[in-house]
Formats: sequence, structure tokens, C-alpha cells
Amino acid sequence: MKNYSDTFAIEVEDLTVAYRDQPVLWDVDLNVPAGVLMAIVGPNGAGKTTLIKVILGLVRAAAGRVSIYGQSYSDQRRLVGYVPQRGSVDWDFPTSVLDVVMMGRYGALGWIRRPGSRERRSALEALDKVGMRDLAHRQISQLSGGQQQRVFLARALVQDAQIYFMDEPFQGVDATTERAIVALLQELRAEGKTLVVVHHDLQTVVDYFDSVTLLNVRRIASGPVNEVFTETNLRLTYGGRIAFLNRTEDQPAETQNIPHVIKPAKVENDATGIGERSNP
Amino acid sequence: MSSETLEIQLIAAVVAVACALPGVFLVLRRMAMMSDAISHAILVGIAAAAIFVTEDLTSPLLIVAAAATGVLTVSLVELLNQTRLIREDAAIGITFPALFSVGVILIARYAGDVHLDTDAVLLGELAFAPFNRFEVLEYDLGPRALWVMGVILCVNVVFIAFFYKELKLVTFDANLAATLGFSPALVHYGMMTLVSITAVGAFDAVGSILVVALMIAPPVTAYLLTNRLSRMIGLSGLIGVASAVAGYWFAHHQDASIAGSMGLMTGVFFALALLFAPNRGIVAIARRRASQRWEFAQTMLTIHLFSHEGLPEAEREAHVNHLSSHLHWEPDFAQQVVRNAERRGFIRNRSGRLNLTEQGREMAQLALVK
Repeated sequence: MKNYSDTFAIEVEDLTVAYRDQPVLWDVDLNVPAGVLMAIVGPNGAGKTTLIKVILGLVRAAAGRVSIYGQSYSDQRRLVGYVPQRGSVDWDFPTSVLDVVMMGRYGALGWIRRPGSRERRSALEALDKVGMRDLAHRQISQLSGGQQQRVFLARALVQDAQIYFMDEPFQGVDATTERAIVALLQELRAEGKTLVVVHHDLQTVVDYFDSVTLLNVRRIASGPVNEVFTETNLRLTYGGRIAFLNRTEDQPAETQNIPHVIKPAKVENDATGIGERSNP
Repeated sequence: MSSETLEIQLIAAVVAVACALPGVFLVLRRMAMMSDAISHAILVGIAAAAIFVTEDLTSPLLIVAAAATGVLTVSLVELLNQTRLIREDAAIGITFPALFSVGVILIARYAGDVHLDTDAVLLGELAFAPFNRFEVLEYDLGPRALWVMGVILCVNVVFIAFFYKELKLVTFDANLAATLGFSPALVHYGMMTLVSITAVGAFDAVGSILVVALMIAPPVTAYLLTNRLSRMIGLSGLIGVASAVAGYWFAHHQDASIAGSMGLMTGVFFALALLFAPNRGIVAIARRRASQRWEFAQTMLTIHLFSHEGLPEAEREAHVNHLSSHLHWEPDFAQQVVRNAERRGFIRNRSGRLNLTEQGREMAQLALVK
């Protein structure tokens, strides 16, 4: 694993995002060290997707600062790859798998220059990695959900980025694809990439990821999975709605409101140093 | 063919291609109705420029004014949309009639001396286009409309050729485009400027209603016929030209409005594609469904025989008469399925007692594993 020493791969400071007066993210601090494979988990409406979109400059923040290796996103966009939610595009668009994957190279090409044989080659290599090379010339409307997701991953791979943001890559994919994606994520981490993945399935967090951020409008906790992914933190994040984790029938009623009254679990964060701010 | 007839068709064809090119991206962005809005709203820009700035209806200033109005229309629709108080379709429905009405009032109130009337704006008059010549130093260079639309067509071709990659990316995945540093808003408004310029150039020749027909129908038709963006663009142009020429001759024989006939032809071509497109046409879909039904019935039959094979009840279950009661098949349908399966070598039929062949057994197993 590469070591980028003093700067974090991603630093988010005091980030607040609101739609009108409705806060989506409240004063979120988040420091992601380089080389981690991090899940972002939290209930629906917790602001997971919004957090990614703010970091990528797609959503404007009401307050706060985001930096990628110490600089603004627009200076560092070549270092960042993005896998949006599968449902965010129109899969009836008249184009082929190969064409979609080549779009990942457009940023490096810049305005006007057209993709050529180099882009084609790297797109085919990426399709090979996700096991889709045979379908390179298929029209994208003929793909299954799992195949669509693989196409998006291949498109991110050709971006050849240092940091990858993925929005629910496991959403609606079959078990084979899920295993393939996990293997790919771990391979990328082994190459020293940083991965931030919005994830829904709490059961697999421990198996798939080494770090986790628990989010529910505020950042509840962030750090290595074995330190942060605790029942207490999960309660803080999900309120009473995590009964399925420990199979007890009745959760204490007061946990419903806890995320609103208790401060982010500082103890866990300080233990790892991950939650600490760099110099304000 | 007189030179006049030829010129009219040439103008119509150039207008059709010029409209189809930006139309492809409107259709793919699900903004088809924006062409309606823009082609009407530009009237206020043209009227205002013609009345207050220049009385020369051939002045390029009119095109600039119209393009600005088109972009203004798009921005107004988006502003309204962003309030989240009304939806986009309603925002379009509110914005362009309001602007268009202002244009109509301006013309009625002030345009006494200017040759501009609302009929011409809505319907155009292609038949008169050849009379308006483009002359330089007394040399006749052809109909003015042909020159205007020719230039606009070139602008469209150049824009799309240069920014093909950006247009494709922004249309397919605007979020990715933004993260890669291609401003979707810039590309979007560039495209909308193009739509406005095309609409103002075309309305003079064919009227604003036909502008909508030529911008939307050929791309939608092409969409049914291909699944590659580049081919969709090419086909849209071809279908536009075909509609224009077919429309001209239809009008010629029926002694009808040329613009109206061209509009009709775009609809006819669309209807043909809707019915007979190779993969997405209604006929192709119906045939595929029918064959899937037979295919499925055959698979079902092999699975049924497979699951009872070698068991005591097989004698009863594997009889052809039993299929209608067990699988709820009509006797005729059951007979046909059995015949098909036999012909393809999946089963053997010994006077009503059905046995799987090795091939049929394989098929059943394959279907069960899937």
C-alpha cells in the first residue's frame, strides 16, 4: 500500500448541504486516508449520495470545504474516478458497451479531441477485467443490471484514477457480479487506490471493507471497521431500526431519537486519529 | 422538372437535415417539446428586432435576436422548473405561449410597414421561397432561403462534428460529464442556441409548426431503426430529406400546402418505422412474443416429461391427452407443441405416449439450471 503520509486523500471540513432550509448534511467532517476501502453507510435520506456529489462538485455546499490531496476538486479531477448509481442514466441511449466505457477516457482527452485506438484498447482491457469483453459491441439496452454495473466499473477503471467514488455498486446485482465487484475493489486497494463506496448491506460491511463511515445527516463515526462498526454506533446511526442485526425483538424506544441528541462518537475517532481535523 | 421545383425541394431538404441534427439531441435528452417552445417563442425576438432595430427582414440581426430569445426561453423554463412549484412540461406550456403572444401583439400593433404576418410565421410558404433571390452585384446566386439554411446547416454540422464526444457524454451522463470537467450547462446552452438559430432560419421557409415536425419526427423514427448514435444522426438526416421530397410531390399532386404535406410525411415515415422497424417495431415485437410463446411451451413440455421420467406415474403424465388437463393447454395448442418438439427432435411420440430424446433431456436440464 502506498503511503501518502501527511495529507489525506480526501478531507471534508464542516460541510453543510441543504435543500432550501432542509439540511441534508450537517457540519460533516471526514478525513479519508489514502489506500483505504471505505464504506459509507446510513439509513435512507442520510445524505450518502449527496456527500459524494458534493465532493465531486456536483452539488453545491451551503458551507464547508472539500479537498482532494490538499487541493480543490477541480484541480485534481484527473485523480478521481466516479461510478454513479446505475439508475442515473438512460440505458436505452443508442450506444454500445465499448462506447460507454471509453467515456471514462474523455476527461484525459479534453475538449474536441476524439477517442482513438489507445482509448479503445484501454476500454477493452477494462472490460476484460470486469468479465465483459465478449459484450463490448452489445447495445447497452440489452444488458442485465449486473452487466450495467460492470460497464460502469469498467468506465471508472479506464479513468485510471487514484480515488474512486462509487454510489451503490451492489444495488440490484446478482451474487456472481457482487463477488466480482468485491474482488475488483480489493484489487484496486492492493494497488494503493482509495475507494469510497456508498453501501446498503450492513451484513457485508465487515467482509468487504476495511474502513467505514456511519452517516445520518451528521457524521456519526468514521474509521477502521473493527473499531467503528460497533453496535453502539449503528444504533446512533439507524436509531431503533437495526433489530435485524442482533435479532432482539424490541429495541429501547429512546434510541429512536438518539441521533439528534448525542454528539458524534468522538472516542472512536480519536483512537484512530482519522476523525481529527487538520489545522483549522 | 423546372428549376423552381428543384429549388423548392432543395430548400426543403436542407431545412430538413438542418432541423434533424439538433433534433437528435433534443429527443435523446427527452426535451422534444423544447423545440415547440423555442420555435414559437423566437417570434417575439424576431418581431422586436424587426420593429425596433432594423426594418430589413433579411438582416442577420434577426437571427441573433431570435437565438437570444430561444436561449431566454430555455432559461425561463429551467428557472420555473427549479422553483419546484411546477413541473417541466407545465413550465414549457406556460413560457412559450406567453412569449409567442407578446410577439403576436407586437406584430399586430407596430408592424404595419414590416412584411411580417403571423400566418407566415406559423405555416411558412415554401412555394414562394424561390422568388426571394440572393443577389450579389446583380448576379443571381439562387434562392436566399437556400443560402440561409445552407449556412445554418453547415454551422450545425460543424458544431456536432467538433463536439460530438461532448454532446454524447452530456446527453448520456451529465453527472459524469461534470466530474470530468465538461460543463453540461455550456454544452446544453450551446445546443439550445443551435436549435434557436435553426428554428429562426427554418420558420421563414417552412413555418414554426413544421420546424417541430422536422426536428422531432425524423430523429424519433431513426431511434427505432438503429442503436448507434452516429447512425441515428445520419438516418435522421436521410428521413428528413425523404419526408421533404415525398411531401413536396404529395403536395404537388394533391394541390395542397407543401409544409403541411412534409409534416404529414414525417408522420407517415414514423408510423412505418413504428410498425416495421426490424427489432423494435410492433410487428417484430409481436412475432418475437409469439415465437417466445412456442419456445417456452416446448421447454415446459420437456421439463414436464423430465420431472416425471422413470417414475410410476410417467405412463399417465407423459401422455399427450394429459397435457391439456395438467398444463392447462388447449388440445389444439398441445398437439402443435408436441408436433414442434417432435420435429426438432426433443421428444418421440409413440401413439400418444411421449418420451424425451437425449437432446430433449439436455434442453430440460439446461433450462432448469438457468
